[in-house]
Amino acid sequence: MSPEKQPTPKRFLLIFNSPPYGTSAARDLLDIALTCSVFEQNISLLFLGDGVLQLLSNQHSAPLRQKNLNALHSSLAMYDIEAVYAEDSALTYHGIEIDQLQINATELNTDAIKQLINEHDVVFTL
Amino acid sequence: MIFTLVIHASPVQHQAPETALRFARALLEAGHTLHRVFFYRDGVFNGNALSSSAADEPCLPSDWRSLADEHKLDLVVCIAAAIRRGVLDSNEARRYDKTHHNLAEGFELSGLGQLIEAAIISDRVITFGGRG
Repeated sequence: MSPEKQPTPKRFLLIFNSPPYGTSAARDLLDIALTCSVFEQNISLLFLGDGVLQLLSNQHSAPLRQKNLNALHSSLAMYDIEAVYAEDSALTYHGIEIDQLQINATELNTDAIKQLINEHDVVFTL
Repeated sequence: MIFTLVIHASPVQHQAPETALRFARALLEAGHTLHRVFFYRDGVFNGNALSSSAADEPCLPSDWRSLADEHKLDLVVCIAAAIRRGVLDSNEARRYDKTHHNLAEGFELSGLGQLIEAAIISDRVITFGGRG
């Protein structure tokens, strides 16, 4: 199907909740993100809970026979996906500093997350 | 109001598809429009024609088909997710050199673009079985 250009793009928020490799959740939601981009929609990514682990740089996924999320995340800018948010308390819980992340992400507290969800038209969670 | 439903879970292992089916019936009864039902991840098993339930248990693939026949619904199964899980139509069976195909009547294989197109058109997108 060829994507039809819409007059007003919708705002899509994709919420990543799962750790990077235990299930296909990260990949499956990223596939949705890339398809949103093909349709020229506005896309934001939010990483909550264990989902913040997806953002860590220096991942070694080869022994798991999984594709490296770092490479996928690095390609997001090419798809104009640059609005990336991470839950501040989840980063603290996992002992992650913002400079350990593979891509630039804005830290948000619970109130800011509530507001972010409210600002979007469509929310997909995995 | 225009709705789209997204189903991520297998009907055998999760209640979510059954809940989605009842939600679909309820919204249609209330006079709303169901633009599309999109089956992703293990949700593709909702379209497995070889699913065989005990006589006193529900069989979701046939339930979806009945509802689709009655209301002319668009039941779309994500093609990439389906092929990985062995839910194939005759075209894909030929392409992957398989001797059988098992996509249930009333369902169609297509890409994630169908999900995004539906989300753009719909007033509400409701996800069932989205955790894990």
